[in-house]
Amino acid sequence: MPHASPVPPRAADPAVEPPGTADLAPSPDGRVLRIGGAWTLRHHAALRVRVEALRAPAREAVRVDASALDALDTAGAGLLCELLDGPRLEAVLAALPPERAALLRTVREAHARRGDGPPARRGYEPGDVLAHIGRTTLAFRDHVVGVCGLLGLTLETLARVLPRPGRWRVTSLLVHLEQTGLDAVPIVALLTFLVGAVVAFLGATVLASFGASVYTIDLVAYSFLREFGVLLAAILVAGRTASAFAAQIGSMRANEEVDAIRVLGLSPVELLVLPRALALVVALPILTVVAMASGLVGGMLVCALKLDLSPAMFLATVENNVALRHFLIGLAKAPVFAFLIALIGCHEGFRAAGSAQSVGERTTSAVVQSLFAVIVVDAVAALFCMEMGW
Amino acid sequence: MSAPDNAIEVRGLVNRFGAQVVHEGLDLDVRRGEILGVVGGSGTGKSVLLRTIVGLNRPAAGTIRVLGADLGALPPEARSRVERRFGVLFQQGALFSSLTVTENVALPLIEHAGLRRAEAERLAGLKIALAGLPPEAGAKYPSDLSGGMVKRAALARALALDPDILFLDEPTAGLDPIGAAAFDRLIATLRDALGLTVFLVTHDLDTLYAITDRVAVLSRRRVLINADLATVAACDDAWVREYFLGPRGRAAAATHKEGS
Repeated sequence: MPHASPVPPRAADPAVEPPGTADLAPSPDGRVLRIGGAWTLRHHAALRVRVEALRAPAREAVRVDASALDALDTAGAGLLCELLDGPRLEAVLAALPPERAALLRTVREAHARRGDGPPARRGYEPGDVLAHIGRTTLAFRDHVVGVCGLLGLTLETLARVLPRPGRWRVTSLLVHLEQTGLDAVPIVALLTFLVGAVVAFLGATVLASFGASVYTIDLVAYSFLREFGVLLAAILVAGRTASAFAAQIGSMRANEEVDAIRVLGLSPVELLVLPRALALVVALPILTVVAMASGLVGGMLVCALKLDLSPAMFLATVENNVALRHFLIGLAKAPVFAFLIALIGCHEGFRAAGSAQSVGERTTSAVVQSLFAVIVVDAVAALFCMEMGW
Repeated sequence: MSAPDNAIEVRGLVNRFGAQVVHEGLDLDVRRGEILGVVGGSGTGKSVLLRTIVGLNRPAAGTIRVLGADLGALPPEARSRVERRFGVLFQQGALFSSLTVTENVALPLIEHAGLRRAEAERLAGLKIALAGLPPEAGAKYPSDLSGGMVKRAALARALALDPDILFLDEPTAGLDPIGAAAFDRLIATLRDALGLTVFLVTHDLDTLYAITDRVAVLSRRRVLINADLATVAACDDAWVREYFLGPRGRAAAATHKEGS
């Protein structure tokens, strides 16, 4: 059934069409409402003013004359529905050509179904700040509980899988080891080298005024072995890997892959979390050693160029003055940080809902939370070591 | 050369991506006020054709005249004026996820028609009702809507500026049969009431039988045939025969015969 009826010229040439008008004109048998011109979106603002002004007087018009109506679209039809009450609208409908009447009739039905204008916006109140603080605190508690839950689940899965070598996911472990460890070596080495040089510059500048420039070596060695090596490596890994874990698992979740794993009777923790966590627990200590070494090299270079302390002397001083336990304290923190970062990354991935937007939010949140966790745990550890006199 | 009753005229269109030629010398006419169904196998470039006509994809060669204006030859501002007379319904709806449904519909009214926000949202309420959504849906975010409601909300946004031509990319894909049939009826009603020209890319045979006036079959990089459904179904092409005379095609045709 080909649609043969010609389309009404809704807006033949929008630039020159006469604007819509509505006037109450006197006539022998009472006042007549004359509607003419183009009732279109283009003239909406002016027509709205006319409609508001004429709404009450239009109820008294004896007749509506719409014969001069040139163009009509849904916006104009909506205004007509507001201007005219039932019987008068019916009269207009009867007088209009059929295509226009169809438009007006459709809009009239929609107009009757629509809500009362835009929904009222909820204002802001002083108490909202408190409510927001409350919600954020509860959300924080939920995060902590969730990460602890995942921690327990991961350890339990580890305990079940460990005695059975047949269920070790060696391929997955090695892939993640490469992605999180090997691929991160260049950036970790470069950054810690530069920070090592900066710390040595600082030491050289400050200690020179006490005539104690030679202690720059101790400054670099202590700071990198105890703190900076592991902290910088962990921060870089938190930025690189926590986000990657959250994005990988988040997009799997958005794709219902995680549900598919569950339905196949497999454990997402065993398949997804365990290989990632173990890989990171192995990778971060290695990266930490790389970070310590390249930080020391950075410091050594500055000492050699700026303070005339030869690399041989640098190494001898480190060997004599810095006890092994500083290195061990630094290194001992690495697996803890690694486990935290991996768990937070995976946990945020699992929390992603089905949309790309949500995956993005979770990824950001994973980086922020893992940085937060790393720095808090490091501060607590520093305090603990100081009290213990280590 | 331009027949006055053609809303869209495509002549000699060539589209290629790298070495892959999607369209070669493609001609297509869409008449004013008709619902044209565009069908074709996967990868025959139905969506590419739609994107080329609305200006999202620059063709390698060929002219596209829309409402009498050659889009490729127009300066950007004049082109934007023509494009404002398009309404496009994307396959996934493409609603802005950070805005409510009402704000989604009101956005073009505020940006292009220069309405004030309250006025635009009032008019948006009318469009939302016109698209068959309940009034409560206006305050919701796209993520809170079901698939069918997203399509309706996207249709309301496509209709915001009272377009002359409505482009629909698989409007009933992913809808249940009841929702799809209701959506078909809605399109037909709006076409009759608003005098729309509808360019409909679809796989849905029921939609083709229910509402299209003519059907264009894309095959072998061009429009194989562009005629009314009976002529197309009688066409002597292997793919067309399989499409319309396969089990699903026959079922759709039978349903349509019963219905009418």
